[in-house]
Amino acid sequence: MDYTPHGREDIRQMFESLKISSVKDLYSNIPEKIRIRSYGIAEGISEPELRGVLEKFAGMNSSVKNLKSYIGGGAYEHFIPAVIDDICSKPEFYTAYTPYQAEASQGILQSIYEYQSMICELTGTDVSNASLYDGATAAAEAVLISIDKYDEGTVAISSAVNPMYRKVIETYLKSSHCNIEIVEHTEGITDVSRIERQISGKLISFISQSPNFFGCVEDVKALSDYVHDKKALSIVIANPLSLGILEAPGRNGADIVVGEGQPLGIPLCFGGPYLGFMGVKKELMRRLPGRIIGRTLDKDGKKGFVMTLQAREQHIRREKATSNICSNQALMALRAAVYMVYMGKEGMKEVGALNICNSHYLAEGVEKTGKAVLKFKKPFFNEFVIEFKKDAEEVFKIFEKENILPGAQVKEAGRNSILCCVTETKNKNDMDEYIEIVRKL
Amino acid sequence: MSIPGDLKYTVSHEWIRVKDNIGTVGITDYAQDKLGDIVFIELPKAGVELEANSDVAVIESVKTAADVYTPLSGKIVKVNSLLDKDPSFINSDPYNKGWIFEIQIKDMSELEKLMDSSVYQNKISED
Amino acid sequence: MKNNTSLIFEKSVKGRKAFSLPGPVAKGKKPADYIPAGFLRSSLEFPEISELDIVRHYTNLASKNFSVDGNFYPLGSCTMKYNPKINERICAYEGFKDVHPLFPCKKVQGYMSLLKEMEKLLCMITGMDEFCLHPSAGAHGELLGLMLIRAFHDKQGNRRKKIIVPDSSHGTNPSSAAMAGYRIASIKSDRDGQIDLNELRNALDDEVAALMMTNPNTLGLFEDKILEIAGMVHEKGALLYYDGANLNPLLGLCRPGDMGFDVVHLNLHKTFSTPHGGGGPGSGPVGVKKKLEPFLPVPVIRREGDILTFDFNCPDSIGMIKAFWGNTGVILKAFAYITALGDEGLKKTGETSVLNANYLRKKLEEHYNIPFNKACMHEFVISVKDLASKGVHAIDIAKALIDRGIHPPTVYFPLIVEESIMVEPTETESKSTLDSFIDEMVQIRKEAEQDPGSLKNAPVNMSVKRLDEFKAARFPDVRYKAGKNNI
Ligand SMILES: Cc1ncc(COP(=O)(O)O)c(C=O)c1O
Repeated sequence: MDYTPHGREDIRQMFESLKISSVKDLYSNIPEKIRIRSYGIAEGISEPELRGVLEKFAGMNSSVKNLKSYIGGGAYEHFIPAVIDDICSKPEFYTAYTPYQAEASQGILQSIYEYQSMICELTGTDVSNASLYDGATAAAEAVLISIDKYDEGTVAISSAVNPMYRKVIETYLKSSHCNIEIVEHTEGITDVSRIERQISGKLISFISQSPNFFGCVEDVKALSDYVHDKKALSIVIANPLSLGILEAPGRNGADIVVGEGQPLGIPLCFGGPYLGFMGVKKELMRRLPGRIIGRTLDKDGKKGFVMTLQAREQHIRREKATSNICSNQALMALRAAVYMVYMGKEGMKEVGALNICNSHYLAEGVEKTGKAVLKFKKPFFNEFVIEFKKDAEEVFKIFEKENILPGAQVKEAGRNSILCCVTETKNKNDMDEYIEIVRKL
Repeated sequence: MSIPGDLKYTVSHEWIRVKDNIGTVGITDYAQDKLGDIVFIELPKAGVELEANSDVAVIESVKTAADVYTPLSGKIVKVNSLLDKDPSFINSDPYNKGWIFEIQIKDMSELEKLMDSSVYQNKISED
Repeated sequence: MKNNTSLIFEKSVKGRKAFSLPGPVAKGKKPADYIPAGFLRSSLEFPEISELDIVRHYTNLASKNFSVDGNFYPLGSCTMKYNPKINERICAYEGFKDVHPLFPCKKVQGYMSLLKEMEKLLCMITGMDEFCLHPSAGAHGELLGLMLIRAFHDKQGNRRKKIIVPDSSHGTNPSSAAMAGYRIASIKSDRDGQIDLNELRNALDDEVAALMMTNPNTLGLFEDKILEIAGMVHEKGALLYYDGANLNPLLGLCRPGDMGFDVVHLNLHKTFSTPHGGGGPGSGPVGVKKKLEPFLPVPVIRREGDILTFDFNCPDSIGMIKAFWGNTGVILKAFAYITALGDEGLKKTGETSVLNANYLRKKLEEHYNIPFNKACMHEFVISVKDLASKGVHAIDIAKALIDRGIHPPTVYFPLIVEESIMVEPTETESKSTLDSFIDEMVQIRKEAEQDPGSLKNAPVNMSVKRLDEFKAARFPDVRYKAGKNNI
């Protein structure tokens, strides 16, 4: 099948206007040598057949619906309100493109302006962009801001930052003159005195994550104070869902707050599309990568929205742009916006509280069995590292028999340890069952 | 298009007014007109030393951004911080209130490479 | 109530709510029992609104937006084709949507084999040897491609410093090259709007790492000297990069791999029908020739026994370019599209995109100046420089189209055509739609000549009139803050 509309008569008339007898007549300047007959891929199929093919692929995957999963590690299973799917499947949103023509794009523009406003409020920053690819690239772009500002020096990253994010930052910095230093965590959190001891050279930015990769809440204020003392930028990677209950990093001194917006109403979907968010302090506004939506007035003095501060962007500044990003993750930003509006002031707080209380219920229950301990005794949000007395491989097998994935196996957490995540999607029965399995280990 | 006779000009549309060993630099009337309404200028920092033709500032209008280059080598001694609050002086009064920075000139002989007003006039009428 | 422009924040009323959540598992426990008070948030100023009012708010916003489903959308270089509904349905299957990326590989063999299959299909469509599906959009693919080029030259102990881009190139090309640590050498196009071989020859020295180009180029013209270009570039030890934004017309006809390109990125959200989502998400897979394969990002999908797994252990890899392995939800839709169309469908897609563009070009050439007027591929570029004397500019034509319910073509790109209007109808538009567009364009031309003032006023039929962009940039109001009236 295909989606071309022309009937035979259409084509005849179009050929006639063009005075051609075949589309080939329009290709005369394409060297014969490089033309092909066919790709050699399969024949096309009908829509019902297509469903069948894709259902088969889908059927070969486990989902969080048929497997109880306690895996987090950068992507999280959360309740997704039905209104989000409904609103975001409006074709006026999802089949539009970048709002280049403001008057024909007020819907998208206003929704992003509102998104930006909520990201600023949530993170405690002054300006947000319209979205970046994902949390990891947002972190890398944040580091690039510090390089843009200071040219060269040392970029230091806490080892309690998600290892995938660290890898992405490393990849993005390969061609810069800056060196990256990793500051080892102490018992699951970043220790200011270690930065002091470990870093050589002029610090330009320090990257921490809170809640960090092990789930522990960092002392963002102490870290930022230290970093500011060194006249560097404090970059904090945050889980936006935690910010309904935990203090905004921007209010604790972070200059740039970035993170993965997936917890805000975006499906897991095997890793993407997700949402990179970024909020910065006012002084950094003109170094912000990506699109920004602003409010202004029309000819008649009526309020309206446009893309603004575009002189930073690739289509104007080319090689001097603050970033190369063009297409972003707008539809995911819309999902996050609807999520934040739906949860609202009280819901954001309540869902944060539920994550904290549920995860602590499981953690305490597991520890009480005597078969495992919490590796890091620090305040945590919805993830924590469990260290089993038994071999972790074996533990996994036992859980698997019950159709449960007890957490993510991460080597950074140490031997026989897993990173366990509990959100509002788990109830008391689920967790009691988990605890019971551990008791029987 | 105003092109004062007492100034020197560059191909990248800066002007410089020299008094003793200090040069005051801005962009020409022609340049401001091409850029359109200016929304922002990123000013250089006083104290930095620069080679001639290095970029020192960025001027943004709604749809474009342009680099400003220093016509001569030397040290930036003063910047027009008035422009931080209101960059529109570059549009309304490019040769006076719209000045951008002052530079302590390192090598007076570099001045000879710059254009005088009549040569500059010819250049822009070709554009 | 209609045309209400209040922000969601202005609709907030204390005590209203939409959400509902289960209660806590342990009665009586509070966050403060676990988290030191200093870490807890003092306040959060978020809106308080009922569910119906939220739905109304967004329904109202949606009504102020043009979209492919509602409007002809010939936005050049963006390939705004129809987004098949079936693909949206497929993406919502539980076995796709609710799958965690860190599930053990053996639990996600459906995804693993689909992704592997997709890599193969893209290799066959482009004539490349390997594909990486990780990049989130075209520009992300460019950045990856350039990192691979850098790694390739570095491995040969020959760090090169420059990337050549034609002056007609998209802004992301030079910008991605700069991000990958390169300097840019821009070369002028020749009289036919193609790469000027002399310019290229002069620019090609031992410092050049690669030439980035699109084919067809951003004027919609096929670069017919491509084989010579490839020869010249390779002779100097440089590589040839293909920006796949314009692949659509070549479907079923010819392949960048056969033209001599070493690195290719595709935009699945253009050529392969995935929706643009109001600006994203996209997906920008990168294909390479064998010699660049060792540098591809991790993880790479490999067969291990009877299952497919992720291999993170590739010593020459440039590393990771995003968390996880790509915008899988987007890749999925593109996979469904390619599978549905098959060989013949893809060919017909390419052909029809060329036919549609040429039909429009032919019908409009009497009324508008088309600077490079010859058989084009999927798009062509008009210049309305000749209307400047009437005070009419490309932007005015664009706004007049909005009043007529048509999303304007791309304006002011490529930069080498003054007052440019870049028209890309795509293959999914019927002749009737194309004919109405022609009629409207002809009428607008008449109006531009007889009553230019009316065009300067357009649009008048939308929820807002022309907006003050100067004010927006000079006095940025980029977030709402309670109690602070920004405007
Ligand atoms: C020619 C060309 N190259 C690159 C890009 C960038 O692609 P993306 O927006 O997917 O990053 C575009 C997008 O409009 C384009 O038209």
